[in-house]
Amino acid sequence: MRRGARRLDGRAHLRLGDLLSEAGAALTARPARTLLTAMGTVLGVAALVATLGLARTAGTQIVTRFDELAATSVQVRPAGQGGFAGADTTVRSSIPWDAGDRLARLNGVRSAGTYTALGTKASRTVPLVDPTGRDVVQLPVVAVSGGTFDAVRARVRTGRFFDDGHNVRRDPVAVLGPAAAQRLNVTRVDQGPVVFVDERPLIIVGILDGVVRQPELLGAVIIPDGIARTRFGLRAPAEVQVDVAVGAAELIGSQAALALDPNQPERLRVAVPRSPRGVQEQVQADVNGLFVVLGAISLLIGAIGIANITLVSVLERVGEIGLRRAVGAARRHVAAQFLVESAAVGLLGGIIGASGGVLTVVAVSAARGWTPVLDPWLPLAAPLSGLAIGLLAGAYPAWKATAIEPITALRQGT
Amino acid sequence: MADVAPVVELVGVGRTFPGPPEVRALQDIDLVIPRGDYVSILGPSGSGKSTLLNLLGLLDRPTAGAFRLDGIDTSSLPEHRRAFLRGSRIGFVFQSFHLLNHRSIEENVELALLYSGVRPTQRRQRAAAALERVGLGHRLGFAPLTLSGGERQRVAIARAVVNRPSLLLADEPTGNLDDATTAQILDLFDELHAEGLTLAVTTHDADVARRAHRPVRIRDGRIEPIVAADPGIERP
Repeated sequence: MRRGARRLDGRAHLRLGDLLSEAGAALTARPARTLLTAMGTVLGVAALVATLGLARTAGTQIVTRFDELAATSVQVRPAGQGGFAGADTTVRSSIPWDAGDRLARLNGVRSAGTYTALGTKASRTVPLVDPTGRDVVQLPVVAVSGGTFDAVRARVRTGRFFDDGHNVRRDPVAVLGPAAAQRLNVTRVDQGPVVFVDERPLIIVGILDGVVRQPELLGAVIIPDGIARTRFGLRAPAEVQVDVAVGAAELIGSQAALALDPNQPERLRVAVPRSPRGVQEQVQADVNGLFVVLGAISLLIGAIGIANITLVSVLERVGEIGLRRAVGAARRHVAAQFLVESAAVGLLGGIIGASGGVLTVVAVSAARGWTPVLDPWLPLAAPLSGLAIGLLAGAYPAWKATAIEPITALRQGT
Repeated sequence: MADVAPVVELVGVGRTFPGPPEVRALQDIDLVIPRGDYVSILGPSGSGKSTLLNLLGLLDRPTAGAFRLDGIDTSSLPEHRRAFLRGSRIGFVFQSFHLLNHRSIEENVELALLYSGVRPTQRRQRAAAALERVGLGHRLGFAPLTLSGGERQRVAIARAVVNRPSLLLADEPTGNLDDATTAQILDLFDELHAEGLTLAVTTHDADVARRAHRPVRIRDGRIEPIVAADPGIERP
């Protein structure tokens, strides 16, 4: 029975693997209780993950919609001018006539053109002897350059758009918006109908079907800058409409003024859409605030649940604790075991909760036809937060377990 | 070799629990248990018997005097060293077995080797050998609750001897067993003693006490003088 020499300086210790397997055995001995104990953490973590994930998903969704129209739209106007660009303000404008061509050379610009509203003018088609004058309608007139049709993403219904050639030659041509065409009773352009604006004729070369931007064009008579200069004394374009590639708005915003007015770029003001990143963050902040608080509260309840059950478990296992102490466990080994057990319950809750949260995000996204978006750190951080909750919750019961006197515990006969 | 020193040497040991009121549970205890001895510890409730058992098992520290286990002065050792000594040199057997019911009997025996750094494969071999030794080789893999009381106590004894302790402390080991089973357990103690194990057994049962080589009686916190001719026939 004797061993020859024993180490006198030995200290009690426990392998990590043994610690984990002892804790695992204790947890699997009562699987139902373990799962129920983890439930609070499951709900808390699931709520947090679902909240953060859905906020991210919804934020991205709003940005996607935002991109399609506004995020590719840039306007250049003279500085110090309000929203509406009227002909009377063009005196101060430093926008050159070839603004569209200049901007089209910039990388990221898909198309660009000038845009000047000239106010409403009396317009009619064929002269009729009509004392009531109902053949004359007041229509807004807009002067644009050839690139503007692309920049506002206009579609043609019949005929064609005028181009820079008409512009340079100062040809008396016009394109009608669909509403304007209806009021003037113009339905076809193949026979070269004429519209009289301020009693001077313009040949109608095309009728719009629709536009994506600048919807006021739908009811307007659209003429080239060239004829506008001749007939209406237009001095300079009031603004430039630019259609940019997705993501290029900020770049163009920083370059457009310099391209149009290299000597005094500060005389121009470039309107770019708000940064998508900012929009997204704001949406997330709105959604997150309340639900993160709710998730945190359910996590706290989860922690209290773990602490409670672990405490009950310590009291139930007084005999086991005494026994472990008797067979050589130091107090810290007993504490470590209960800490590992509660941490494992927390981790389990965190893993299940993270899975539930991710599934919730995917399910909601599927129902709404959204693209589910999740920060990559979230599925990793969620189980770790469960682990931390478990450790925190196990601290008091573990301390309680170390205070148990072995012989008292062993005499109780549990 | 450590064999020169007695397994247990208590010199002027006292244990006082601070009050109020202050309780002097043990006073001036001088006790030597040489290697290979087999003592029974007798005494009525409140005599200081369990306090002595706590001290012998290194689960408590004396407030006076010195306790040397295998010649090592344990009074001044830090807690983790005492835990190691307890795990490696003392085996415990309890009245109510204290087996972990949801673990197999081998795992219960292995528990005694868990905190002294024995490798898992070696733990399993030694646990199986210890169970074989107490006559439970045919029960490997069983859960404690499927065994009889006597078999469970034999699992507990296997657990107590698996790390080849210097001292086996048994606290009312037969209190929960019938006469026939008690006899088997006492026979097993005799065999272990014959193999060189040192035993200290507390009991109320005169038959159990009689199997020991000498009685140690405690009354009012002091050891009563030994009457060599009368080895402990006293009913509580």
